[in-house]
Amino acid sequence: MRSILRKCYIFLIFLFLYAPILTLIVLSFNASRTRAKWGGFTLKWYVSMFQNRAILQALSNTLLIALLSAFIATVIGTIACISMQAMKRRNRAVIMGITNIPMLNADIVTGISLMLLFITLGLRFGFLTILLSHITFNIPYVILSVMPRMKQLNPSVYEAALDLGASHIRAFFKVVFPDILPGVLSGFLMAFTMSLDDFIITHFTKGPGIDTLSTKIYTEVKKGIKPEMYSLSTLIFVTVLILLFLVNHSPSEHKQS
Amino acid sequence: MKKAFLTLLLAVGALSLTSCGSGGGENGEVVVYNWGEYIDPDVLTSFEEETGIKVIYDEFETNEIMYPKVEAGASEYDVVCPSDYMIKKMIDNDMLAKINFDNVPNAKEYIDQQYYDQSKEFDPTGEYSVPYCWGTVGILYNKTMVDDPVDSWDILWNEKYADNILMQDSVRDAFMVALKRNGASMNSLDEAELNAAKDALIEQKPLVQAYVIDQVRDKMIGNEAALGVIYSGEAIYTQRENPDLEYVIPKEGTNVWIDSWVIPKNAPNKENAEKFIDYMCRPEIALKNFEYITYSTPNTGARELIEDEDIKNSKIAFPDLSQYDNLETFSYLGEEGDALYNALWKEVKSE
Amino acid sequence: MNKKTLAFPYVFWSAAFIVIPLCMVFYYGLTDDTGAFTFANIATIATAEHSKALLLSIELSLISTVICFLLAYPLAMILSAMKVGQHSFIVLIFILPMWMNFLLRTLAWQTLLEKTGVINSILAFLHLPALEIINTPAAIILGMVYNFLPFMVLPLYNALVKIDENVVNAARDLGANKVQTFLRITLPLSVPGIISGVTMVFIPALTTFVISTLLGGSKILLIGNVIEQEFTQTGNWHLGSGLSIVLMIFIIVNMVAEAFFDKDGEGTAL
Repeated sequence: MRSILRKCYIFLIFLFLYAPILTLIVLSFNASRTRAKWGGFTLKWYVSMFQNRAILQALSNTLLIALLSAFIATVIGTIACISMQAMKRRNRAVIMGITNIPMLNADIVTGISLMLLFITLGLRFGFLTILLSHITFNIPYVILSVMPRMKQLNPSVYEAALDLGASHIRAFFKVVFPDILPGVLSGFLMAFTMSLDDFIITHFTKGPGIDTLSTKIYTEVKKGIKPEMYSLSTLIFVTVLILLFLVNHSPSEHKQS
Repeated sequence: MKKAFLTLLLAVGALSLTSCGSGGGENGEVVVYNWGEYIDPDVLTSFEEETGIKVIYDEFETNEIMYPKVEAGASEYDVVCPSDYMIKKMIDNDMLAKINFDNVPNAKEYIDQQYYDQSKEFDPTGEYSVPYCWGTVGILYNKTMVDDPVDSWDILWNEKYADNILMQDSVRDAFMVALKRNGASMNSLDEAELNAAKDALIEQKPLVQAYVIDQVRDKMIGNEAALGVIYSGEAIYTQRENPDLEYVIPKEGTNVWIDSWVIPKNAPNKENAEKFIDYMCRPEIALKNFEYITYSTPNTGARELIEDEDIKNSKIAFPDLSQYDNLETFSYLGEEGDALYNALWKEVKSE
Repeated sequence: MNKKTLAFPYVFWSAAFIVIPLCMVFYYGLTDDTGAFTFANIATIATAEHSKALLLSIELSLISTVICFLLAYPLAMILSAMKVGQHSFIVLIFILPMWMNFLLRTLAWQTLLEKTGVINSILAFLHLPALEIINTPAAIILGMVYNFLPFMVLPLYNALVKIDENVVNAARDLGANKVQTFLRITLPLSVPGIISGVTMVFIPALTTFVISTLLGGSKILLIGNVIEQEFTQTGNWHLGSGLSIVLMIFIIVNMVAEAFFDKDGEGTAL
């Protein structure tokens, strides 16, 4: 009885979380241009999507920014974690405090502060300003997922490697890196996802002619979303879903867990 | 997990590479800042193919959103398409460059003189702007949902239609409706008139379903509301999608607006900007745009080319303005005027 | 290679892109057009429009946070008790919706909630009264809960999973009943998760301008909307920055709370 109740509860929460997504997937097959009317089943948006230059450009911008910013943030964040190990407690606390700012600060304030900075510096708004902003808000996610792994490390293993003649870099990649890798990877994935889903900060730091999917959608919201956007989102979502299922059913993973 | 990440990475990398690699055109670029959905995308492509100039295209939603972006200078635009009063504001603040009309022969040839005359109100010397679209603001209503005669702004205050009214979500347009209803000028700076308009808007707020800009189109098509304040250009489109809709210019008068191409002072590619404007003034291009966005074109050449007689003589697309009283065009009210309107509008919105 | 020099890239980065930009917000917020020092921008929070917007924002975000907590805590307990070996799978299920764009997801609620929308069509079919919450504060709360629920579930789940089962069993062995065990053991041990969950829901909810625009029909002005409009429409950056400083006060209070409960400085978030 209790387990049925529990399952019902989980089911309801998932219904709540996934109902809008289901709606969007259904809309991507709607033959009518407006989301207000159901005009019958069609696949035409999946075809016309690949001819829509603006949407494809926004997609490639989004992915490129997400990929680059997540990668750079992962590198900087991981290095920061390593260096913090060697720091005094107080310095470390200061840096962690600063790291927490973009996480806890309101997106709108972060976006505005970066906008003011870029304008003062005279930077032209565009790809670069978006990328810099995304790296900035991504680094904390990396640090917060690498740091706990780092703390579990046994420092003597690294020292032992050095004693046995390994260079610092070699010792790091052979001994430390494999241990913190899960943290690095999940930090990267988190950063990638955050960048992908960000609208507010991009809204304040973007320039002419460059759109991510978010800002593209925001301008389209007002005029009515182009149905191609629904089909694109559906494709992205389904791709990720399939990847997740494949991974969770692959035998090697079962051994690990 | 590792495998998933790798697969994901590869997929993403491949995807982002495929649609990359588009640098500037062989003849440079032109950065255009226009209203949302205010051009036929094919026109941009054909311009690029013909001239070898790459178009970088950006969209804004209201004049008020456009202005700070251009002013800040962090985004440099070559061509912008603001409305009347905003053009005046930009001229006053020395933000616009004079257009060399020798480079824009189509503008002289095909744009009807009456629109240049009308432009004198905001561009007195006629050196800064080339009209792109014009129109009126009116009420779009659903014949199946409204049984009273619709001929006055007053119907937007009728409690019968509570939660069925869509208002414009921009300062000047919202105040225009209230001022006109009260019989005042929509360029009023009289505090008593403005306060009365503010009170009227606050009184109306409980009846309003939502303050929207372009969304009014979708919502009216989807039968979400009975009455909406809308730009005339959208009316034709909505009627095509939902025949129950009707467009009316209220008897108290309304806003006759012009959106014109202008070139900001800091435009990095002024010559390309003029080429772009000239291209937009070509009759067959103006026609393509008209057919796509359904906003009235001031281009006589384009109007000649319209094949559908109904559209060519449509009262919505090409109304005979002489039969309406109290038509006005927005004028720029100065910084203090702007601040006053903004403050009052904030009071309405926070109510 | 000295480990300390390794700190340089990040120290430089955080100074340039976190600390200096924040200083600029303070600079703009504390000056007027002429660059003279003033508190006037911050003081405008006391005007009727701004204080109303702020109070409404606080009210809506508090309600959303409470609802999120009440929904998430039982869920996190169920999930942590499920003993699924695949810890990451659960996390991913909650992150997965983020791959569908945030604006689209929120917009989908519009489609669901509209007068002629999906939910009302179903209700009408069942001859039930229509649900009329679109363009009301209730719709905004729903949007907030929907968007930020994962940020509550994940920290709670992480905190609950960490609780040593032996502690719970020990309490039971010593005669505590279920309620006592929960109140005395489970709940106190999950406090760090609660704090970080509350922060991660409350702050974005307090400062949102997108959800109120999309689901509130622009009829409801939140403090986030005011700030956004000052920057993108009215063009008064000084005023916008001044109001941002007011928001930061809330954020700082939260940070202090977080630091207090998270003494290790490792962060329990996500």
